Amino acid sequence: MHADDSHIVVSDLTMAYGDFLIQKGLNFTVKRGDIFIIMGGSGCGKSTLLKVMIGLKSPAKGDVLYDAKPFWASGEPEQEAAKRKFGTLFQSGALWSSMTLADNIGLALQQYTDLNVAEIREVAAYKLMLVGLAGFEDYYPNEISGGMKKRAGLARAMALDPEILFFDEPSAGLDPISAKLLDDLILELRESLGTTVVIVTHELASIFAIGNNSVFLDPDTKTQLAIGDPKEMRDHHNNFVVRNFLCRGEAEEQLA
Amino acid sequence: MSTATFRYDILAGNSLAIELGGDWLLGTAIPSTDAVLDRLGQTSRPERLTFVSDRLGDWDTGLITPLLGILRAADANGVKVDESGLPDGARRLLALAFAVKEREGARRSFKRKGVVEQIGDATLAMLEDLKKLLTFTGDLVLSFGRFACGKATYLRSDVLQYCQEASTGALGIVSLISFLIGMIFAFVGVMQLNMFGAGIYTANLVAVAMVREMAAIMTAIVMAGRTGAAYAAQIGTMKVNEEVDALTTLGMNPVDFLVTPRVIALVLMMPLLTMYSSLLGILGGTLVGLAMLDVTLVQYVQQTIDAVRLNSLFGGLFKSVVYGSLVALAGCQQGMACGNSAMAVGQSTTKAVVMGIVLIVVSAAILTVIYINMGI
Repeated sequence: MHADDSHIVVSDLTMAYGDFLIQKGLNFTVKRGDIFIIMGGSGCGKSTLLKVMIGLKSPAKGDVLYDAKPFWASGEPEQEAAKRKFGTLFQSGALWSSMTLADNIGLALQQYTDLNVAEIREVAAYKLMLVGLAGFEDYYPNEISGGMKKRAGLARAMALDPEILFFDEPSAGLDPISAKLLDDLILELRESLGTTVVIVTHELASIFAIGNNSVFLDPDTKTQLAIGDPKEMRDHHNNFVVRNFLCRGEAEEQLA
Repeated sequence: MSTATFRYDILAGNSLAIELGGDWLLGTAIPSTDAVLDRLGQTSRPERLTFVSDRLGDWDTGLITPLLGILRAADANGVKVDESGLPDGARRLLALAFAVKEREGARRSFKRKGVVEQIGDATLAMLEDLKKLLTFTGDLVLSFGRFACGKATYLRSDVLQYCQEASTGALGIVSLISFLIGMIFAFVGVMQLNMFGAGIYTANLVAVAMVREMAAIMTAIVMAGRTGAAYAAQIGTMKVNEEVDALTTLGMNPVDFLVTPRVIALVLMMPLLTMYSSLLGILGGTLVGLAMLDVTLVQYVQQTIDAVRLNSLFGGLFKSVVYGSLVALAGCQQGMACGNSAMAVGQSTTKAVVMGIVLIVVSAAILTVIYINMGI
């Protein structure tokens, strides 16, 4: 393990689509084992930030450092190596519809490990058991429900035992019980595997239940307004916009 | 990194201690646990299973999957397991993996089907497809009825847009193919007819072939690949995204709104494209004729005008209307019958093109027989 426990560092990041500025001047650090929340109102660029972090969209300026190594400034082989340590759960699962759940999970294992077919199947079965889908190996994504797809997507994200798990709106479209179970699962995975977790969400219940660190993006000023523990931010942050967001629009104008 | 080690000892009180050492990482050499699994299955099996993991290094899924196997075997044989010797994280993961019981009847077993069974299934599926096609044709006819009475809900701008996509959008490829087909016919004609000094009849060959048959059929095949496929993909994707359901819940008939405007557009545009294609084909033929035969432009054009009678022209245009409706029918039917995944959209599109071309060729044969009998 590294002496310094900062795992991901976002440094002076600016994101834009062409001339259209999304966010500028983003600076924050995600520590090893953090459950880090990226939050902000709709359209503030949360998902774009996630895309920049997982290597899908290049930033206009700045960089993302993994274990102190810059991601965007490095060459393709280094980027590929860095990406192999990520697991990403997309908003609606993004499972490959032509493959069974076991094949969805097995694809990365088949490509990046020397496991044989039986071993891959065993690992896939185990990952499905972890997310509560034991016995569903031979189902196709369109044969299971939305919540199950999301969990299967998580199983796929965990296929290679990633160091960092990224979640895009994990609880969107889930009923409160399932959302709670997913939150518990995320916590459990962090506890047992020491995985660093980065979550894009605006579900306040999950933010307070699992987040221990966060960044707040503001669509108006187009930059981050706050970083830190979300509970702390709700109660003590001196910016009204941040407190108001975290209190569902019912914050007092002045801090008590 | 140290290699993974796996040892087991029988301790006093008939308990089996498993000692894990080294790094158990996925993709590295993991020792086999078969010996323990065997032991758990024997009649003289131990009563208890304990673990020692003091010398265990790094571990990941590579440790958990063998452990799952051991725990399952222990459970099946009624052996008690004491997990306290395992690392904390591994214990939690194992608990999590066994937390949700496998749902009754969820697991699937695959049976290999025999050849006869497969042929039978395919035949039944074909009948089913035919039934669906007929039902869909019926729906379409009813929808045309509603159109005629002005009761159908659709957007006029949609019809115009589909018309544009199925006409000017296709001009490039239709021009290229028709022109080249005309030239090829002329080459063959010049070569063969010149042998007995009837080279000028190349004009007849090209003009009659293009106007009566080739223009309509080539245009239809191009449109099956271009527009039929597009219809299947558009409607299929709308189906996957539940857009078709959204129309239904608003009380709009999806056939009226999505299918009929497309069919009308293609049926209206096909004759125009076909006429254009005939013209381009004749133009290609003329170029070859002038270059290779000893005739003037006027002679060639006069020969062409004499060759094409109005019967041939209308016969060809009628065919194009039939082909156009079949291509649109195949495309829209496959789109509406699409399943709900990315794969299904691809399959519908493929089926739409194949079905479109089959329908074109079959109807071409039938129409030709009818024309001959009617003396057209």
